[in-house]
Amino acid sequence: MTLSLGKDLLGLEPLSGDQIKLILDTAEPFKEISERVIKKVPTLRGATIVNLFFEASTRTRISFEFAEKRLSADTVNVASTGSSVSKGETLVDTARNLEAMRIDMVVIRHGASGAARFLADRIESNVINAGDGTHEHPTQGLLDLLTLRDHFKTLEGIKVCIVGDVLHSRVARSNIWGLTKMGAQVGVCGPRSLLPNAIDEMGVTVFSRVEEAIEWADALNILRLQLERMTAGYIPSQREYNRVFGISRERLDRAKRDILILHPGPMNRGVEIDSDVADGPFSVILDQVTNGVAVRMAVLYLLSGGKPELAEAAKKAGGER
Amino acid sequence: MSRSVLLRGGRVIDPSQSFDQIADVLIIGEKIEAMGARVGNDAAGRDGLETIDCSGTVVSPGFVDVHCHLREPGREEVETIASGARAAAAGGFTAVCAMPNTDPVTDNQAAVGFISRQASRADAARVYPIGAISLGQRGEALAEFGEMVAAGAVAVSDDGKPVVSAHLMRTALEYARTFGIPVADHCEEPTLAHGGAMNEGIVSARLGLKGIPSEAEEIMAIRDILLARRTGGHVHLCHMSTRGSVELIRWGKDRHINVTAEVCPHHISLTEDAVEGYDTNAKMNPPLRTADDVAALQEAVRDGTIDLIATDHAPHHYDEKEREFANAPNGIIGLETALAVNITWLVAPGIIDLPVLIERMSCAPARVFKLPGGTLRRGADADVTVFDPSASWVVEPARFKTKGRNTPYAGKTLQGRATCTIVGGRVIHRSDA
Repeated sequence: MTLSLGKDLLGLEPLSGDQIKLILDTAEPFKEISERVIKKVPTLRGATIVNLFFEASTRTRISFEFAEKRLSADTVNVASTGSSVSKGETLVDTARNLEAMRIDMVVIRHGASGAARFLADRIESNVINAGDGTHEHPTQGLLDLLTLRDHFKTLEGIKVCIVGDVLHSRVARSNIWGLTKMGAQVGVCGPRSLLPNAIDEMGVTVFSRVEEAIEWADALNILRLQLERMTAGYIPSQREYNRVFGISRERLDRAKRDILILHPGPMNRGVEIDSDVADGPFSVILDQVTNGVAVRMAVLYLLSGGKPELAEAAKKAGGER
Repeated sequence: MSRSVLLRGGRVIDPSQSFDQIADVLIIGEKIEAMGARVGNDAAGRDGLETIDCSGTVVSPGFVDVHCHLREPGREEVETIASGARAAAAGGFTAVCAMPNTDPVTDNQAAVGFISRQASRADAARVYPIGAISLGQRGEALAEFGEMVAAGAVAVSDDGKPVVSAHLMRTALEYARTFGIPVADHCEEPTLAHGGAMNEGIVSARLGLKGIPSEAEEIMAIRDILLARRTGGHVHLCHMSTRGSVELIRWGKDRHINVTAEVCPHHISLTEDAVEGYDTNAKMNPPLRTADDVAALQEAVRDGTIDLIATDHAPHHYDEKEREFANAPNGIIGLETALAVNITWLVAPGIIDLPVLIERMSCAPARVFKLPGGTLRRGADADVTVFDPSASWVVEPARFKTKGRNTPYAGKTLQGRATCTIVGGRVIHRSDA
């Protein structure tokens, strides 16, 4: 039986290690397409994809759009402002109306946890979760995995520490599930008020101090600190956060080995990450962005029913154009 | 010649008289006339006697629900007093208490009178109004308890919201003593619970939903118990959901503080796992908790720490529940599933027996809220429930009398069903189980 992803990609928690490996392996041949002069293959020609973004997004939305266009799909972008959503239309009505136009896939970003699942349960089109509330952001998790695998050649046994606001982070959840399923060791580090109370039950090692996390880790995935966390009383100030948890050159230099630096963006330079770290020699932050397109191409391809073994062939077919 | 009904050959259980045997119950007019093994033979041949064969079923004092939301006035498309009273009857309830979080809020004598009038027109289960503690349920100024009681209110509550001000709760408990009514509180510390959609724990961490910690309930529960100690007022704690709350109530009762407490059928049967998949029919406040909490609540029902079971029947429109989990309203319907859920999760596994179940669903609620009913004594109002404790049935919300369809039990097979509900000597519900 051929391995497949099923109808939707809603999160990494429901996937098996084999399914995650399938996506990462499928992304490999797609990386090269973006390096060509003519960045296009006909793989998804005739497919219609709606990018339904109920929350502001630059990186993820554009990355999906490039992935779709480079696979020759027809795409439509719907943002919450300037659409019927701003007139109070419910999520389910929006989705049903789109489906009535005979679309094939929906990429959804929404502020409510479970919104992608909600949609997937109600429409026949493939649904890809591009971030739902504080639940999951599976393609971000996948591109983080791909970037780590590129560097370490394997995910098995590597030590990755997620630093920051794990409580409110969908990126953190997708990383925790994806990394643990692929055999990596996962640490988390941040103020206790920004870690879920039940974090110990999620199969991760908790570090109270960032110095200990740096001592332990092969790679740090540094989360963005949202301004709202201060007004909601989770932590006192950005300044103190930077002092206690900020990743600085000085802190990294104390570690005995080089530590790979990831950040899902957008960065608050001088808050969770200092500029010389973000722009330093061990930062793979821009590689993450590049890999994002390849991973999303792989997900679109696999969900559309593409055979993994044909991904290479699909690439070749495009190359002959 | 007054109308008479003979309930023949059932297992008659009346915990108020420690009675449990195969017997007949004779109702004449609106009152219980007699109960006993030979009553049927003696009554045979009475003019106009309607005999209901109760063999194989249980005859008990009518169930009383001290906590439901009937949505009228304000949201009549979701439920009305009439539809709610019919749902109650179908579930075996002969009387229910309607919470005052209507629109407008039931916070004055005219509003209370309106509910009583609508209830008498409904001609189904009795409906007793509960008045608001504070004007508009805004938590600022006391509503007129005296006038509301004169108009028929049996208790006061700001349910749906906690009484945030400890001072207001204290004065409410003191002021209510004049009228001998309980002050029913929805225990929720609002700054801890703020924005929460489910129990705080591993499931909320995984699903990325903001959690409501147990302490949000427990902090208010102990505050209320301490204020009851200070004031001598009767505090009734609504829908308790945690092991910690049970321990605090036990602490209060050990010290003879005037505290009573209720639990809902969903909190003794389901856990936070029901939220998996973002099922909005598993969203209620307080939220479904852990298996450990369920076990503690079941034990508290058994030993009486929790006095009674109440439904917190909360119908919502289909569209309101058909949305993102965090944005869906709290609450589920309960009147037509309460008996079966209680039998399935408490009686069938042997945690309590039928007399205790009837005590918690009929006698205790009537006693705690000082309502008529809860007994089959001669001369009492003939409010009687007949149910088949072994009937198994599949929950099909579309067949319910309530307008609500929001239940996490849809499609589940439950055990136990009301076959006949009698209010004031009149049969208001019949089914063949």
